[in-house]
Amino acid sequence: MQKGTKLASLVATIPFITLVFALPFVNRVEPIILGFPFILFWIVAWVILTPLILLAAYMLEKKFNVPDEEDKK
Amino acid sequence: MNPALVIIFGTIIFSSFIGVYAGRRIKMNLENWTVGGRRFGAILIWLLMAGEIYTTFTFLGASGWAYSKGAPTYYIIIYGTLAYTLSFFILPALWKIGKRYGLQTQSDFFVKIYDSRFLGVFVALIGILSIIPYLQLQLTGLGFIVEVASKGAISSRLAIVISFVLTCAFVYTSGIRGTAWVSVIKDVMMILAVGIVGIGVPQVYFGGFGKMFRLLIAQKPQHLIFPGTAAHMDALWVMSTVLLTGMGFYMWPHVFGSVFSAKSDKIIKRNAIIMPFYQIPVLLVFMVGFTALLVIPGLKNGDLAFLALVDKTYPSWFMGFVGAAGAVTAMVPASILVLFASTLLAKNVYQAGFNPKAGEERIMSLSRLMVLAITSLGLVFAIFFPNALVNLLLIGYNGVSQFFPGVVLGLFWKRVHRTGVICGLSAGIVLVAFLVFGGHDPFLGINAGFFALAVNAVVTVVGSLLINTYSHSPEAKYRC
Repeated sequence: MQKGTKLASLVATIPFITLVFALPFVNRVEPIILGFPFILFWIVAWVILTPLILLAAYMLEKKFNVPDEEDKK
Repeated sequence: MNPALVIIFGTIIFSSFIGVYAGRRIKMNLENWTVGGRRFGAILIWLLMAGEIYTTFTFLGASGWAYSKGAPTYYIIIYGTLAYTLSFFILPALWKIGKRYGLQTQSDFFVKIYDSRFLGVFVALIGILSIIPYLQLQLTGLGFIVEVASKGAISSRLAIVISFVLTCAFVYTSGIRGTAWVSVIKDVMMILAVGIVGIGVPQVYFGGFGKMFRLLIAQKPQHLIFPGTAAHMDALWVMSTVLLTGMGFYMWPHVFGSVFSAKSDKIIKRNAIIMPFYQIPVLLVFMVGFTALLVIPGLKNGDLAFLALVDKTYPSWFMGFVGAAGAVTAMVPASILVLFASTLLAKNVYQAGFNPKAGEERIMSLSRLMVLAITSLGLVFAIFFPNALVNLLLIGYNGVSQFFPGVVLGLFWKRVHRTGVICGLSAGIVLVAFLVFGGHDPFLGINAGFFALAVNAVVTVVGSLLINTYSHSPEAKYRC
């Protein structure tokens, strides 16, 4: 695996950690943030942050991966 | 004349016309029909992907679950986000393989990667069997929305027959291009409807969603955290379900196949980055479900929550608009489901399994014939065996998710062997059927499909390693 892909995969584990494995620990109503019960706020926040995380992954791949043959054309 | 009726029928007919128009002056061969000649740019891919994702389930199921089950409904915004994250890595590789070997369907992929016609037919059959309930779900949802939105003026059966015959027409003429074009109408209407209702109803009744939540927390705090009012849907169930459905998302034959219609892998990759934003409308749908719980408690059928609240709050023409949006929201996914089920039947079951010598033109016309057959089958199921919405989706999901190990290992692991995949897939499918139909879902607190997927993955890997140890014939020739 190329270095960029490795780094990108690492970054991409964030949504899995926050939106799957963290769920039992954030399963509560309080504190209410921006009007949302905490659990829903947590989920929505990470859903909205995921595009930024993927953008970071994209830039890491671009920076550290060697462009393949098809990309050069 | 009832304005709701005009809006609903007008939208259905206009959409179908656009769908048919989309295919004009294009010489239809299988490549153009199924994967749009691999020429879709960023916008068409965006429309297609968004079009497939927001189904009638978004309208009815998500609000219905928020209403009747509470917190477990959150799983819907999570799994999509996980799916897009996975797709960022998987789909570009898949697209490249597709381009290199001219693949059009999921079954083509298995045939090429694993050099096995048997596996191709097997995968195609599982795909078709999973598509039929999903298709029926769209039709039943469509009939339900139109009947309620028109206040019974259009019966569910009539709505299903009319809109589905028209859908069938634009699939027949235009193929995937028709789906993409109709998605334009669908996305605009859907986002308008959900935006207006989702932001509107908490405002109308409580002066904002913050106040709505405060009231709900005061009355039913347990409703808003797992497991809500569904005792078996605790955090463990949610975790296993989002993992399963997140992995299964792109394994649906129609979603998988539409990847090949992109012009480049870059388009697919960039699309994956922005896709999570499309989960925001689903959040608005939750708001509607929660508001409905406070305003109109005690509905027997939670799937009615969205429409019942719209009916109570807005004038009847707007109800017609929501009904029309709901109808196209069913037609778009239905069209692509029919398209891929037909191609799978003609190309990957008939040609691959029974008549390898059949020419391209023969397969093309047979695919079109299959559109009529699948449409009829969907109609029969929708009219005579309608069922609860969400459960059907979960059963279908359990099935197609079992493709995940075969697809991902096939793309990225050189040692995977077809025998391992066949054994793993069979084990997964048999387990799903046994657990779900035997009433053991969830199994030990986790989603039965996830359990089956785990077994499937282990069997696939161990099977591949064993075969490689004894046969020394790694099949790495088609890998990236």
